[in-house]
Amino acid sequence: MEVILTEPTILLLEDGRLFTGLRLGALGPAFGEVVFNTSMTGYQEILTDPSYAGQLVTMTYPLIGNYGVNPEDEESRVPQVSGFVVREISRVASSWRATGSLPEYLMRHGIVGISSVDTRALTRHIRSEGAMRGAIAPASADPRELRDLLLMHPRMEGLDLVGGVSTDEPYIVEAEGDEKFRVMAYDFGIKAHLPRLLAARGCRVMVIPFDTTVEEILAEAPDGLFISNGPGDPAAVREAEEAILKLSQVGVPVFGICLGHQLIGRAFGGSTYKLPFGHHGGNHPVERIGHGTVEITAQNHGFAVLGGKEWSVPGAPELRVTHVNLYDHTVEGMEHKTRPVFSVQYHPEAAPGPHDSRYLFDRFIALMEAHRA
Amino acid sequence: MPRRDDLQSVLILGSGPIVIGQACEFDYSGTQAVRALREDGYRVILVNSNPATIMTDPDIADRTYIEPLTPEWVERVIERERPSALLPTMGGQTALNLAMDLHKRGVLERYGVELIGAEARSIAMAENREEFSAAMARIGLDVAHGGFAKSIDDAYQIVESTGYPAIVRPSFTLGGTGGGIAYNLEELEVQVRKGIDASPIQEVLIDRSVIGWKEFELEVVRDAADNVVVVCSIENFDAMGVHTGDSVTVAPAQTLTDVEYQRMRDAAIAIIREIGVEAGGCNIQFAVNPENGEMLVVEMNPRVSRSSALASKATGFPIARVGAKLAVGYLLPELPNNITKTTPASFEPVLDYVVVKFPRFAFEKFPEADSVLGVQMKSVGETMAIGRTFRAAWQKGLRGLEIDRPGWVTAKRLEDDGLKADDRDTLLATLRRPTAERVFQLKRAIESHITIHDMHEATFIDPWFLDQLVGIVEMEREYTDASDVTGDLLRRMKREGFGDQQLAIMRDEREEDVRQRRWDLGIRPTYNVVDTCAGEFPAETPYFYSSYEDEDESEAGGRKGAGESIVILGSGPNRIGQGIEFDYCCVQAVLALREAGYSTIMVNSNPETVSTDFDVSDKLYFEPLTLEDTLEIIHREHPKGVIVQLGGQTPLKLAEGLEALGAPIIGTSVDAIDRAEDRERFAEVCHIVGATVPDNGVAMNEDQAVSVADRIGYPVLVRPSYVLGGRAMRIVYDQAGLKDYFDTAIRASPNHPVLIDRFIEDAFEADVDALSDGTVVVVGGIMQHIEDAGVHSGDSACVLPPHLLSGDVLSEIRNLTSRFALELGVVGLLNVQYAIRDSVVYVLEVNPRGSRTIPFVSKATGVPLARLAARVMAGEGLAGLNVPEEPPVAGVAVKEAAFPFNRFDVDVLLGPEMRSTGEVMGFDDSFGMAFAKAQAAVGNHLPEDGGSLVVTVNDPDKLTVTPMVRRFRDLGFTILATRGTHAYLTDLGIECERIFKVGEGRPDIVDKIVSGEVHLLVNTPFGKKSQYDDYAMRRAAITYEVPYLTTMSATNAACDALIALRTRTHQVTSLQERVERLRQTVPAREA
Repeated sequence: MEVILTEPTILLLEDGRLFTGLRLGALGPAFGEVVFNTSMTGYQEILTDPSYAGQLVTMTYPLIGNYGVNPEDEESRVPQVSGFVVREISRVASSWRATGSLPEYLMRHGIVGISSVDTRALTRHIRSEGAMRGAIAPASADPRELRDLLLMHPRMEGLDLVGGVSTDEPYIVEAEGDEKFRVMAYDFGIKAHLPRLLAARGCRVMVIPFDTTVEEILAEAPDGLFISNGPGDPAAVREAEEAILKLSQVGVPVFGICLGHQLIGRAFGGSTYKLPFGHHGGNHPVERIGHGTVEITAQNHGFAVLGGKEWSVPGAPELRVTHVNLYDHTVEGMEHKTRPVFSVQYHPEAAPGPHDSRYLFDRFIALMEAHRA
Repeated sequence: MPRRDDLQSVLILGSGPIVIGQACEFDYSGTQAVRALREDGYRVILVNSNPATIMTDPDIADRTYIEPLTPEWVERVIERERPSALLPTMGGQTALNLAMDLHKRGVLERYGVELIGAEARSIAMAENREEFSAAMARIGLDVAHGGFAKSIDDAYQIVESTGYPAIVRPSFTLGGTGGGIAYNLEELEVQVRKGIDASPIQEVLIDRSVIGWKEFELEVVRDAADNVVVVCSIENFDAMGVHTGDSVTVAPAQTLTDVEYQRMRDAAIAIIREIGVEAGGCNIQFAVNPENGEMLVVEMNPRVSRSSALASKATGFPIARVGAKLAVGYLLPELPNNITKTTPASFEPVLDYVVVKFPRFAFEKFPEADSVLGVQMKSVGETMAIGRTFRAAWQKGLRGLEIDRPGWVTAKRLEDDGLKADDRDTLLATLRRPTAERVFQLKRAIESHITIHDMHEATFIDPWFLDQLVGIVEMEREYTDASDVTGDLLRRMKREGFGDQQLAIMRDEREEDVRQRRWDLGIRPTYNVVDTCAGEFPAETPYFYSSYEDEDESEAGGRKGAGESIVILGSGPNRIGQGIEFDYCCVQAVLALREAGYSTIMVNSNPETVSTDFDVSDKLYFEPLTLEDTLEIIHREHPKGVIVQLGGQTPLKLAEGLEALGAPIIGTSVDAIDRAEDRERFAEVCHIVGATVPDNGVAMNEDQAVSVADRIGYPVLVRPSYVLGGRAMRIVYDQAGLKDYFDTAIRASPNHPVLIDRFIEDAFEADVDALSDGTVVVVGGIMQHIEDAGVHSGDSACVLPPHLLSGDVLSEIRNLTSRFALELGVVGLLNVQYAIRDSVVYVLEVNPRGSRTIPFVSKATGVPLARLAARVMAGEGLAGLNVPEEPPVAGVAVKEAAFPFNRFDVDVLLGPEMRSTGEVMGFDDSFGMAFAKAQAAVGNHLPEDGGSLVVTVNDPDKLTVTPMVRRFRDLGFTILATRGTHAYLTDLGIECERIFKVGEGRPDIVDKIVSGEVHLLVNTPFGKKSQYDDYAMRRAAITYEVPYLTTMSATNAACDALIALRTRTHQVTSLQERVERLRQTVPAREA
């Protein structure tokens, strides 16, 4: 199959800005929120990250696909992005682990993409104008019609995308070695690495659908509750809040990341808001407050928990901020002052990304040990 | 933890002369470090023997010592200055070794100097193979290290851990001669026996072979709170087996998945922690098996490096600056990212472009040297290119290399691409041996439809890189085959990175045709910012590269709020004959013009330099110095002026073309440059000025040359016109020599006429640097060469002031220089070379540009010639700049050259072709001591305590050497002489012992050198072609670091030096003190 396509293709933004390029993957149109990711490696993990559901992901690094694709680097079974925007796609896959090329992979999974785009100009545009909706379509598409369609596509605010990416049935990831703990993990779009990292620390992880009730969870009497990452607006996802409150009340440790972090914030009374263009990259410095240390973190979120003075969380007096982003000083981590609850906005599993923050999984284990004792 | 208040002053060591493996990257890092510490209020003391550096400019550090980087001399500095700390990580291996030496000798402890940036324990662990291997084992990482074997039994044991294939290298042989790869037990036995035989200490080193593995580097920075960031990843285009300095390298890494990259990052962090670099940067090299991803640690350097300079330029993260701050206690999150200004330095830069670095070689200077690339570095410089794609950066990099290739273009002649034939088998066989030409051989291979698979098998170059190259050839085919060049096609070709000249060649057009079509279609480059964050945040720093994208980010007119702008064109990659001296001149100009209120715009492509530090100029364009690339910038910026005379030949060659296309060249006119360079026009200038030139003529071919030489008489000096650094310049004694010259050497410049001058034997040479505004001339300095005429001025030692030239000769030189400056209408700098014999002053060369000696003269006199020149070029008069007519020298300054003879198996005799890579300055109050310091600074350690002196000189020199031998004997030396010299000296009643030449009997000179019984060697060549035994002797002196002298004048100077070392106090004086002393004795001329 010839996978390098030369059909002229466009990327139209809702404010009318037009980028031209060449077709990549399936034939458009595709619609979604245009976001960018600054990671220089890890495009396959990004493509398969359920948090990217509903988004047209732009890679700022210009050369994508160099090492092809392989079955181990998927964060979910299939690509989750709504569209993929690159400066240049590699037609060859150079890696001892590669099982195929990226253009062919996108084609096989029906992912619509566009290459040869001035992705830097696009990134700068989003940086200054904010994340916005866009469409990838053949250049022959009528721009006015395309824009009408694009404007009919829902905005990210208030959008509940979780149901679409969550598992339908619970499933088990068995512990590696001796089973020490039983953890239940809410799947709002969970990345495959997360249960894997817990399993590596002796947890049997039951991944549960987004609409699992608190009663169903209590019936299993887990040692800990994990709240996953996921796409969309946290304000639209209410299911987990009750579980967070109930379980932590009886001393069951709760650990949330990304969307899970936002849900913990909201559960205790905090509020969330949309960032101008989100955090999407593998190089954000996050300071661990009181430790003077900085972690280089992987980030992928468009919403954040609102922080207050002196590391408080307005509306949630029981929470305190534990981590802060050194780029824009937004809240990156929180903990409960009395209960075993903590969360981070970034991705400690880091796939892709640096492994500086994996101590957080150990902390979760330590809380479960303390709870049991 | 913020700034440490318990430290008051910090000593920083430079890296000494530019040599292969240590170039201006350490001027860049050292300068950054000094500035970073001074802005925090520390008193910074700097020691570096290299006067061509920007760091040794008197206003960079508080106290600047141009002194030899040896423990003895640096101890004197420590004794005087009592620094609280020593930062050893900014001056390459030289500074690191020196710091360790000072530590081991107890000097640091004695004077209470704390080692900061890297502790002695960490340095030792990183540098010692066994300790390093053990450290890696502790953190579960593998190394390729095996061990040392003195016997076959040792080897059996070592190979159990390394496995096969194993590399066997004899210890202590130059370039690893006698080594090889063993694939099995039988081969191991053979290699080990052979190696033990070849090694003078009967020892071999056995390592696991990783030849053909992928090579990566990470630049890592750590602070005292254990925060670690990886600044940059670099992937080598050439696989393991080629030194990373000789490899084409690419940033960021291209073929690692995130899983593998993070594994490497985790390893790097574990390594910097285990080695214990508490606060600073390091460079870690990895080898990865392309078959299964197995990763080995190759080495770790606990200091800034050539790669860290490259990484800083590639990412915008100033590693040296940050490293210096961390060394005095700051933490990463406390430091700002200087590019964005709004974000902290505790981050990992992300790129949205590709950086490609190409090495620049100088094998044409060393035709006898082995040009196959290996584990020992051989390149002398590098160029870096930034592009939105690998292919664009690749083309740009090759344009910037200035090797007469307008991009990735094969040579007209096969042999210029290092090929004997271009059939498939020859191509593949040639590709197996990495050489400077291999990138061009690859193109021929692709054009011959050799598959990626086969090229990979031959070269181990990653298939992804090879596919990129195939893509370039495919585009070329499309362009060449197109019936018509549409705007769309041309735009795509430009976006792919093809240069106009390259496109012209493809369709058999002229460059100007392509340019005009492109302009007519409105296809002009865009400029993107290097911003450390891939556009995620707005960046403050105007650091640009060109592309052909949708959006441009560079606003014309230099820096906002500054005055009119001036473009300064830099000197491109270092090469022999054009190096750091020119970067010094450019940076000086930038500083002077900024001070005068101009907005300065720097263009250069050399990542090692200070000029490409993003905060030196108001705007930096990291671009190749070609007509196309510089013209586009000039058209974009509309500067008030463009300076071409400070970057050496590179920008000077562009001047005519730029001016013709509307660039406002300031300073000396393009016409004046031509009058100095064009032979006939120059003769006319000499006539007007009344200067005597040696008889000369021009020849277009061998026959003409013979008749010219017959007319003017042998010996003659022959060279192609328009050459740099004495390229292909030779002294020819007879017709046979002239024929040989045309047969072998003239390839350097086949289309240019050959200049033939009468060579004036037994003359002195003098170099003059002068400055003029068109009406007033200032003679900056008159330097007298120590070597006789015939040695290239860049290779000759010289002394300022010229103590052996008479007053009459000096005033003649002054007059001539002044008349040349005025006649040519020089506005800016002028360099004139003279030969003096029997009080007659001959003019050899006039160069209306900044010269290699500008920094040397400026440091000796305290008068910043290049800064003044920039002001003059911008329109100021010398009268208003308060410059003395001929600045006095603050003592006696000796310049000595540093040669790459320990890298190349070539003869060490000096000649008219320049071969030195760098220089040092010895500065003291007497000639003897200044010369002694200069020798110590280049590693020629004159035996202060006497010892055995071997004298073996040719007949004409026997007379000259006699009084010198007497002086050496009076100094307590035992004189050893070879047969002829022995007989001559004995006849004169000078007591000396006979020593065998090679072949006369054993032990011979070489044996005695090897066994350490020779402490000084005086040898002048016999006849025109040196004999093999002489050669072997001189090579042995290099290998065993025995100081050697190959000219009578240098021998005489060495004698003076030894007397000075014995009789005078060994004192050190800072440049600032010398200049101050001058100011008190010589008041500046009234304005």
